[in-house]
Amino acid sequence: MRKFFPIILVSLTGLIFLIRLLYLQVIDSSYEALSLNNAVSIKYDYPQRGYIFDREGNLLVANQPSYDVMVIPREIKVFDTLELASLLNITKEKLIERLDKARVYSPRLRSVIIPQLTQDEFALLKEKMRKYKGFYIQKRSLRDYKVDHSASVLGYISEVTQSEVKESSYYKLGDLIGRSGVEKQYESLLRGVKGVNYVQKDRFNREIGPYKNGIYDTLSVKGKDITLTLDQELQAYGEKLMQNKHGGIVAIEPKTGELLSVVTAPFYDPDLLVGRKRSGNYTKLYYDSINKPLLNRSLQAMYPPGSPFKALTGLVALEEGVTDINTKESCSHGFRYGRNAKMGCHAHASPLALTPALANSCNAYFAKTYRRIIEKYPTAHKGMDVWYEHLSSFGLGNYLGNDLPVGQPGRIPDGDYYDKWYPNTRWAATYTLSNAIGQGEILATPIQMANFTAAIANRGYYYTPHILKAIDGEPIKDDKFTQKKRTSISTEHFEPIIEGMHQVYTSGTAKYLQIPDIEICGKTGTAENFTRIDGKRTQLTDHSLFVAFAPKDDPKIAIAVIVENGYWGSRYAGRIASLMIEKYLKGKITRKDMEQWILTHSLEEEYLKPYSGEEFKINQ
Amino acid sequence: MGKSFLPDWFTIFLYLILVLFGWINIYSASLNDAATGFFDMNQIYGKQALWIGLSLVLIVIMLSLEAKFYYRFSSIIYLVSLLSLLGLFIFGKTISGATSWYSFGSFSLQPSEFAKAATALALAKYLSDIQINIKSFKNQLSAFLIIALPALIIIPQPDPGSALVYLAFFFPLYREGLSGLYLILGFSLLFIFVFTLAVGSLWVSAGVVAIALLILFFNRKKKRKHISRYVVLGGLAILFSLSVNYIFENVFEQRHRDRFNLVLGKEVDSKGIGYNTDQSEIAIGSGGLWGKGWTKGTQTKGGFVPEQHTDYIFSTVGEEWGFVGSATLTLLFVILIIRLIVLAERQKNQFSRIYGYSVAGILFIHFAINVAMVIGIFPTVGIPLPFFSYGGSSLWGFTVLLFIFIRLDAARQEI
Repeated sequence: MRKFFPIILVSLTGLIFLIRLLYLQVIDSSYEALSLNNAVSIKYDYPQRGYIFDREGNLLVANQPSYDVMVIPREIKVFDTLELASLLNITKEKLIERLDKARVYSPRLRSVIIPQLTQDEFALLKEKMRKYKGFYIQKRSLRDYKVDHSASVLGYISEVTQSEVKESSYYKLGDLIGRSGVEKQYESLLRGVKGVNYVQKDRFNREIGPYKNGIYDTLSVKGKDITLTLDQELQAYGEKLMQNKHGGIVAIEPKTGELLSVVTAPFYDPDLLVGRKRSGNYTKLYYDSINKPLLNRSLQAMYPPGSPFKALTGLVALEEGVTDINTKESCSHGFRYGRNAKMGCHAHASPLALTPALANSCNAYFAKTYRRIIEKYPTAHKGMDVWYEHLSSFGLGNYLGNDLPVGQPGRIPDGDYYDKWYPNTRWAATYTLSNAIGQGEILATPIQMANFTAAIANRGYYYTPHILKAIDGEPIKDDKFTQKKRTSISTEHFEPIIEGMHQVYTSGTAKYLQIPDIEICGKTGTAENFTRIDGKRTQLTDHSLFVAFAPKDDPKIAIAVIVENGYWGSRYAGRIASLMIEKYLKGKITRKDMEQWILTHSLEEEYLKPYSGEEFKINQ
Repeated sequence: MGKSFLPDWFTIFLYLILVLFGWINIYSASLNDAATGFFDMNQIYGKQALWIGLSLVLIVIMLSLEAKFYYRFSSIIYLVSLLSLLGLFIFGKTISGATSWYSFGSFSLQPSEFAKAATALALAKYLSDIQINIKSFKNQLSAFLIIALPALIIIPQPDPGSALVYLAFFFPLYREGLSGLYLILGFSLLFIFVFTLAVGSLWVSAGVVAIALLILFFNRKKKRKHISRYVVLGGLAILFSLSVNYIFENVFEQRHRDRFNLVLGKEVDSKGIGYNTDQSEIAIGSGGLWGKGWTKGTQTKGGFVPEQHTDYIFSTVGEEWGFVGSATLTLLFVILIIRLIVLAERQKNQFSRIYGYSVAGILFIHFAINVAMVIGIFPTVGIPLPFFSYGGSSLWGFTVLLFIFIRLDAARQEI
């Protein structure tokens, strides 16, 4: 026994160790994660974000380096705090406070002292940096806007939020992400793919080299450069014309559906949302509740389309065969359709057939024609549904499906819509008569108006409007944007309407807006609109609307312009649309008088009226 | 030496494997950017290579000496060793809190590493004396004194870990006939100690009473029940438990209490006091079955485990060589120790046998305490893993200890 006891003791100890080791190393697998957590950190190599060009290849958005001043507290040697503070443009106390904070975070790790210095600010600091031991410069990349317009459509980038990090497997805290406009829509193209480096750390959390010699590391892939359909000059000119006004301009190339211009006003310089100044400026823009500069009115604001809509009413009537180009309707300063119901109209010759009725924007003609369309069917419900089907084939009443991240569906009512409005009444065409002239329940966004104008210009089809033209120089091939969308109206019905729109320019409501040598077809619109002041429905000055395309026989541009509270159609919107068309087709402006008028007229007073708290007059 | 010189090649083989495998792991644990080559003398692994080389010289010397030399000079060696330990109080150099070193230029020697062999020789000589009877209480006391003297000098250096090693001499004492009661007493005290800390004196007292009653119940048919004996023993046990409680709370320092509490699972703290053990467990645990590969251990490279090239070297083995490596190393030690016991048993003279058991006991205590500490089942006690941990004194101390026995064994036919 005495001989064996030591052997048994030794063997037993060995056995206990083996069991414990088996448990630690083979059975319990939680240690692996613990050790990775401990000793391996992931570093990212951020690629250059893709550049953004306009349709002519002009650079709109590039990247600029920015510089974070970092510090490793324990490497600091005694230095002139006052001098460094003045170089960094902060107070000495602030500098000391930030250094203390960094020391509390970790004496061995880097902390940011001043984030995102610009190239200029950095230039001052650069040659003196070597004097300050323990301070480092970390280069980052920010957006560099080569233009001072189109902020809303280009969008901006900012750091991802905590919740985005949680939801995504790609983004990590500190990453940048597109927040609006093209930056948001094409984030995945522009951002590229960041490279991942696994780094071995020591117990002080310092990096001591690649983990496993970098076998898990990946290289970063540069973001793709994208070409937009926008015309840089047209964008700049559009914003210039829209200064001191609220509203939007959308211009489309009808043959392709490419968005030549998307202007919203008021606007701001995209550079306001770059780097350190972004958050302060964003807050200012966000809380500007009178001007709402962050609202893209071209895409998000729904307006009653007004008279331009008459062109569509005419087209539906021709397609439904309830009228022809020779049928005339009389108008006696309007149209009386019930005991107390009358739709007013301005003075013009009477009776008129379709083409001159459109040129003169006769309310009575289109109201009567609309009534015929609805009453063609046994019930108003059915008639309304047919009406709805025709209009939705123009991209109205629903999201267009364009490639910008914001939008609104607009509104085209159908039978069910009125059933809900009049649940206990047999409603009839006359109940909905305002729809005929683009008022009533009809709403559309500027981009939808530009789009139906493009469909008219094309004599019956359109391409879904889009802003992306090419990726790394390769034209896009997305079916959504390269396939024709046919409207429900036969091609032959478009000529009389187009002729009417042409006459708007030659002899109708826009005859003073003619541009020499360009055959323009257009339609003015004046839309009543209301707001609530202290809970009371109050009418404001009418919106000025205009849709147009040119040249008549070979359309190269279709445009919709809305100027909020600009009164009648040809007053603001018509002038702006004409100038935009001339700018795009000729590259220069011959109607200097018209340009001068627009640049010198402001609507700021008009916009302040509802907020003044005083009585005010409209349509002055 | 003549014909009868037959060293145990198997033991020598195990020794060489352990030393080499140890160096390979020290290399990995101490590798850094400044390294220029395997034998860079500015690096820890380079120095260890030098210690290993010098050990080989030492081995040749150890084996060349007559076996009788060790027998004859054992008392002198023991005295020199005691003096060298005492000298530390005057000439000692303090490294990481313990004054356990003599410094010669850039080299340091730790005499306590050699005192173990010296004590083993002295004990073997004393017990092998024909007039000494281990059963006699007076002789027991003398034997305990031989063992305790160096330990008592080492404790206040302070180096309680190295002193703990002297428990190893229970191995030869027990083999030579020391009453098993000492062992039972030792274990009983250990159990009471641990359970007192774990569950408190009250429960331990209740347990003692319950066990006493159970023994009485099973012996109820016997005529002589020695009830008074049970009462005295039980009372002593309870008294011991209470005094452990008192000592623990009032005599121990907080760091000692912390170490016990951690192992007993009464405290969880991975940043402060539990950091070593925690990181060491993570290192070993993350090794998995096959390990991360030599020099590929992230815990090892990151230097997360303190003292990884010395006392915690086993965690590098666990991380980089996995369960396969750590189990192999465990088995190597078990085999070596059992081999030494077997060799001790085949000795014809008592001196060699006692010395052999001492060597086995010392290696066992080192191995058991070190590995148990690294894998988190024993409180942190700073003692090296024999042949494996970095350090010239420790390597030479164990080399001397082992090869004296190999020399004695080789001469087993002579004496």
